[in-house]
Amino acid sequence: MKSLGSIRRDFAPWNDPNAKPYIQFDKVTKKFGDFTAVNNLSLTIFEREFFALLGASGCGKSTLLRMLAGFEEPSAGRILLDGQDLRGIPPYKRPVNMMFQSYALFPHMTVEKNIAFGLKQEGMPGPDIERRVAEMLKLVKLEQFAKRKPHQLSGGQRQRVALARSVAKRPKVLLLDEPLGALDKKLREETQFELMDLQQELGLTFVVVTHDQEEAMTMADRIAIMDKGEVMQVATPAEIYEAPTSRFVAHFVGNVNMFEGKVTERSASTTRITGATGAQIVVDNGGEATAGSDIVFAIRPEKIKVTSKKPADAVNALEGEVYDVAYLGDMTVYHIKLDDGQIVRASAMNASRVSEDPLTWNDRAWVSFRPDAGVVLAR
Amino acid sequence: MNATWSRFNITSIVLGFAFLYLPIVLLIVFSFNESKLVTVWGGFSTKWYVSLFHNQGLMDATWVTARVGVISATVATVLGTLAAITLTRYTRFRGRLLFSGMVFAPLVMPEVITGLSLLLLFVAVGLDRGFFTVTLAHITFTMCFVAVVVQSRLVSFDRSLEEAAMDLGAPPVKTFFQITLPVILPAIISGWMLAFTLSLDDLVIASFTSGPGATTLPMKIYSQVRLGVTPEINAACTILIAVVAVGVIIASIANKRREIQRQLDEQAAQRG
Repeated sequence: MKSLGSIRRDFAPWNDPNAKPYIQFDKVTKKFGDFTAVNNLSLTIFEREFFALLGASGCGKSTLLRMLAGFEEPSAGRILLDGQDLRGIPPYKRPVNMMFQSYALFPHMTVEKNIAFGLKQEGMPGPDIERRVAEMLKLVKLEQFAKRKPHQLSGGQRQRVALARSVAKRPKVLLLDEPLGALDKKLREETQFELMDLQQELGLTFVVVTHDQEEAMTMADRIAIMDKGEVMQVATPAEIYEAPTSRFVAHFVGNVNMFEGKVTERSASTTRITGATGAQIVVDNGGEATAGSDIVFAIRPEKIKVTSKKPADAVNALEGEVYDVAYLGDMTVYHIKLDDGQIVRASAMNASRVSEDPLTWNDRAWVSFRPDAGVVLAR
Repeated sequence: MNATWSRFNITSIVLGFAFLYLPIVLLIVFSFNESKLVTVWGGFSTKWYVSLFHNQGLMDATWVTARVGVISATVATVLGTLAAITLTRYTRFRGRLLFSGMVFAPLVMPEVITGLSLLLLFVAVGLDRGFFTVTLAHITFTMCFVAVVVQSRLVSFDRSLEEAAMDLGAPPVKTFFQITLPVILPAIISGWMLAFTLSLDDLVIASFTSGPGATTLPMKIYSQVRLGVTPEINAACTILIAVVAVGVIIASIANKRREIQRQLDEQAAQRG
């Protein structure tokens, strides 16, 4: 398949102040009785974007998707699609299609009929339907399964039928509710790349709901991290991982070490953080922190170096003892118990087969990191 | 499993089957009796079957029963299905509890009471008893059975199928007829067959609500038996048993074949 990577790299309408928003959630609230599923949420998605809503179950991400599809109406606020207010438009009149988590294939219809269903509702003439169905079957590589019924297909094949059915009408937006949730791990990884290629090929806007951060990171242009009906951060996968804006996001995506402390020195280029026991950390990006404020310093395990001796040039180095070692093949994870009692997680790629600085349980060790390795967050 | 044919096991099986089927076997055997006396064997003959088809009263009753059965089962299926849909889909409306109680009450109501109350109603509103009233009564008491069967299927129905259809552009009514109905159709068909069978063998309610010219087969048989059992009745019952048995056998074979086909399909799908 042809590479479409370069197009993707240049695609960043969210940085363009003149870009026209495609989907807009404008102060949307959804209540079910006393329970607030979505709370005064505003969000903008651009045309041709692959957008992921990531969050734990019950965070409101599925409700958001169902409001876009028209199965739920917002209790307050507006949803705009391509400038049109969607309020009061029933699901069968909305230019969006959804791929369901359970696939929801019609059990009494063949693969062909399933794909043709939406086109028939549109009143498309017979020959055109046939052509489109054939095209869709080719797209998902299921040509020889056209006459089968859903129960005669494997899980992966059913997933592809569901996908073909939901893109057959060329919707303005494709909504995917945990699209890969029912597949096994290996198939899931393959399908992630297939979905990305498909999105590029069709030039559609994809909104995917998932609880799997790896899936969201792999596929999405931007990710919205959701918690308790609110958006915590919207950013590209790299920004979410490297520059989380809150403790919640830093914790939610990947592993992280947190150091609590007070800002004791603040200048344009240097921020000095002093912990409760006097340990000091110097970082070059203080963010919003002001001198004297209580903050947390968050740093990812792979940005921490573990050595048996204190590195000569290290700005930040803390001493401790090896508490646990986990060898995972491609990398080794160390848990270092610092002298002040905090346990730090550090991971090292196993670049060579034999480590030149082997560390084992109860060895004295130093953890060190560069001043730009972590982020300062409000406590 | 080690099946041991102990004397005790064999005895229990023989006694059990005898208890269940001996009366029916006797009935069938004596329907081929040459003698006019039901309890005395006079040699093999099929003459009672021939005379059965010349017994205008019995033939008329059979025709009435068939018509009542088909009409009442069909109407009961429509009403029962609607009731089941209402009860599963609309979980909150005024009087829902009362409604579900009313729908399922005939399940536990003694037939005599149902029959008597219907009779009183028909008399009170001045409805002449006959074909129409029997059919109406049968609709009333078979509807709840249909509702039970269809409701149990609807409970396990995946609502996302309907959402998918609407998402693809089908309005609610179209969604119902193109998606919901075909998927729950097997349950509706079993509901119909159950209603038809119940109507077919009902004696009590029919006796209360029927009138002249609308005698059903069970009523006819019962009234003839009071004048003494003739081998003709045996023959009529044997035919009824045969019809029911053939129906059950066809249904179970079809079911079994579908099951096997499904298993084969799924195995094929697993292989790719």
